[in-house]
Amino acid sequence: MVERRGIGDIVPHLVLWLGIAVVAFPVYLAFVASTQEAYLIANGQMSLLPGGKFLDNYYRTIFIGTSSSTREPVGTMLFNSFVMAMAISLGKIAISIISAYAIVYFRFPFRMAVFWLIFITLMLPVEVRIYPTYKIAADLSLLDSFAGLTLPLIASATATLLFRQFFMTVPDELLEASRIDGAGPIRFFKDTLLPLSRTNMAALFVILFIYGWNQYLWPLLITTRDNMQTIVIGIRKMITTSDALTEWPLVMATAMLAMLPPVAVVILMQKLFVRGLVETEK
Amino acid sequence: MANVTLRDVRKTYAGGVEAIKGISLEVGDGQFCVLVGPSGCGKSTLLRMIAGLETITGGEIDIGERVVNNIEPADRDIAMVFQNYALYPHMSVYNNMAYGLRNRGMPKAAIDKRVRDAAQTLEIGALLDRKPRQLSGGQRQRVAMGRAIVRQPKVFLFDEPLSNLDAKLRIAMRVEIRKLQRRLRTTSVYVTHDQLEAMTLADILVVMNGGVVEQIGKPIEIYRRPETTFVASFIGAPPMNLLSLGSPSIGGVSGLPAAAGVVGVRPEDLSFGGSGAPSGGLALDLQVEAVERIGAETFVYGHHANAGEILVRVPGEAAPPIGEAVTAVAPRAKLHVFTGDGRRRIDI
Amino acid sequence: MQKQSFFQSPLLPFLLIAPQVTIVLVFFYWPAIQAVWQSFLLQDAFGLSTTFVGFENYVHLLHEPGYFDAIVRTFAFSAMIALLSLSIALLLAVMADKPMRAGGIYRTLLIWPYAVAPAVAGVLWIFMLHPSLGVLARGLRALGIDWNPLLNGDHAAILVIAAATWKQISYNFLFFLAGLQSIPRSIIEAAAIDGAGPTRRFWTVVFPLLSPTVFFLIVVNIVYAFFDTFGIIDATTGGGPSKATETLVYKVYLDGLLGGNLGSSAAQSVILMVIVIALTAIQFRYVERKVTY
Repeated sequence: MVERRGIGDIVPHLVLWLGIAVVAFPVYLAFVASTQEAYLIANGQMSLLPGGKFLDNYYRTIFIGTSSSTREPVGTMLFNSFVMAMAISLGKIAISIISAYAIVYFRFPFRMAVFWLIFITLMLPVEVRIYPTYKIAADLSLLDSFAGLTLPLIASATATLLFRQFFMTVPDELLEASRIDGAGPIRFFKDTLLPLSRTNMAALFVILFIYGWNQYLWPLLITTRDNMQTIVIGIRKMITTSDALTEWPLVMATAMLAMLPPVAVVILMQKLFVRGLVETEK
Repeated sequence: MANVTLRDVRKTYAGGVEAIKGISLEVGDGQFCVLVGPSGCGKSTLLRMIAGLETITGGEIDIGERVVNNIEPADRDIAMVFQNYALYPHMSVYNNMAYGLRNRGMPKAAIDKRVRDAAQTLEIGALLDRKPRQLSGGQRQRVAMGRAIVRQPKVFLFDEPLSNLDAKLRIAMRVEIRKLQRRLRTTSVYVTHDQLEAMTLADILVVMNGGVVEQIGKPIEIYRRPETTFVASFIGAPPMNLLSLGSPSIGGVSGLPAAAGVVGVRPEDLSFGGSGAPSGGLALDLQVEAVERIGAETFVYGHHANAGEILVRVPGEAAPPIGEAVTAVAPRAKLHVFTGDGRRRIDI
Repeated sequence: MQKQSFFQSPLLPFLLIAPQVTIVLVFFYWPAIQAVWQSFLLQDAFGLSTTFVGFENYVHLLHEPGYFDAIVRTFAFSAMIALLSLSIALLLAVMADKPMRAGGIYRTLLIWPYAVAPAVAGVLWIFMLHPSLGVLARGLRALGIDWNPLLNGDHAAILVIAAATWKQISYNFLFFLAGLQSIPRSIIEAAAIDGAGPTRRFWTVVFPLLSPTVFFLIVVNIVYAFFDTFGIIDATTGGGPSKATETLVYKVYLDGLLGGNLGSSAAQSVILMVIVIALTAIQFRYVERKVTY
């Protein structure tokens, strides 16, 4: 091992703890604000220690909502975000794994054309086709619906590529053994390929859940009704009203609630998260 | 119980490459047939064609009096043991063996009996709940065998099943496969590149090279009477010494037919026999270059002025010192004579 | 690209690809084609008639000073965000890579901001830097800076860059750490035996070996700064004050959806598409290089 001895060993720890403090500070502040009286914050007299309104503020946030800007309680938004994140992540995994299966394990006309068709969508993020996509969703009467919120987002070149890459590493002999054991394409997929893909699916799910939960532009376009809002959209609407009326403790409680599920996923499933992140970037 | 019959079987790939150039072969019921040859000779392709994993582009394959050319692998009534075992990594040993039976809709109780019987035969009864990754190489090999025998197929197909095992285990498993096959009396086709494995296992040995059959026969007959120089050098270890008669005055063998171009002699048939060649036999003047003693026998590498390196295999430890000039001799009966192109044996 | 063993089936593969292909055609290709087509059309003020105008929308766009400013601004933001988040992340990763028992804890405590939505990150930062109630703003005032991101364009830009950087550190940290840990210890030990001190070792041995990661992260960070800052900007500054934080993506949104200038918005979309294609191409050339490396 190449390492220095003595006080040199402390420096990395100091730097890291400083980094952690800087990174965590905005969230700490949000938490503190979410436990305080609104007027203290509005006056710019916010304490840096948690206040006593934790239960009050969170109760109001989740079940009642802010009094002025949005009329929906954040509980509804959490529900909407959850449904959207689940539908996007599970939908992406489902349609990507079957298309990767077709591309790798079958020979059919236009196989490569299909592969490129999916692959090129990497270069067409929603930002570069905002208006026409919105218009199509409107024409299909998908506005303000969960289908509209999720369907246009569940195509995934990344997930398809990932599964394709994984399938290529599965030994051919497993398919051959299955064929000799009398398993057709559907049975081979269900009995062998799906169980083998479990870890990959879980890693992908972690990444895609975060991706889905944090969607911003598309929900902004497609939802107009307050009760279809996701939490990430809702929080922005809470602060765009005139400053004096912004109920900061509730906004910060909403921010905490908006961060909690995806952050919890990262921390609790760190191994899968890291694996998913590294795999999807290959 | 079934014969496997190949009639002028051919495999041509889409690009026009001919992997199998017309092979005919008859494996009788209960026989153990070994396909042997160097890598790329087409032996694995041929096996996979029998299994139904590769399409047949010419000729016919029969299994048990039925043409199987267009029959799915699952319906050919065969079982296969793969080189890398191809065990389902997510299934227990039990399920690995039961999977094929379940797919055929066999009743649970019958499956259970077959799996347990097979496990007992292969002494893997204690491993049934384990996953493949928890097993040693030898154990995996047994499970792969188990998966084949629970099916009670007409034919076993083996694709280099022992090549991933270490040397000691390979010998043990070789003996075991042979015993098992004798007991079950199931027709078997076995692919290997290891000539020792081929010699010890085969009832019928098929030596392949470049997509064609070089020779078919009982192993010991092939050893005694190789039909081509390829077979002569491939079967038997260390390989036969081959001397081209084109070079002047080798060994003083007389009375050979005009067509003769190559003379072969196995290292074990040479000896350092005093003075002079036996009548009509071979005598080679060598300079000893290296000596390898491995206990029961000794390999002597000698250099011949015209023929190059010659290997002599003598029993025991006695050998001439390095640098000494010696004469190695072989009786006429031990010589193998081939045409100049090495494609045909000439009897003398 | 494909298996030697495969299934043959006339219908099944088409059924398997149908969902993905349908969505891709309806929600990706059709709108993208529409965008290209619309970029050649001009709609009158009431949306009653459209005429084909060729490249006129593009010409207008490139003559519009606001568009040029947005391009410069977007690239400046990207450069700042990439530079800041990469350097901070590299420093932290190098520190965390030193042999230490608590390495796992540090990773856990540093990677979670990845999961925070850009808009939420924006809200956290506007709260800290809010001119009248922000805790950090108070500090800046005390230092004599007249801090007001709601009125001062530079301050607004700093706010956006800070929030974007804060969120991106975790991602870069993770990849740097993985890159560092994949460098064989023996190479570093060999450099030590060759007499290189820790700093010299880093710049002459470690950093060159890390350069593929650096290059990859630069591309990813630029893409991130282009697109994912949308949420931060929309939640904090709305592009203002007076366009000081209006990036290319945000301008497409404002002009097209809110301003109703479809032709110009479509032309902007097409230009963005070209930029994305270029960035993706660069990224894949890198992947190729990595393979041959």
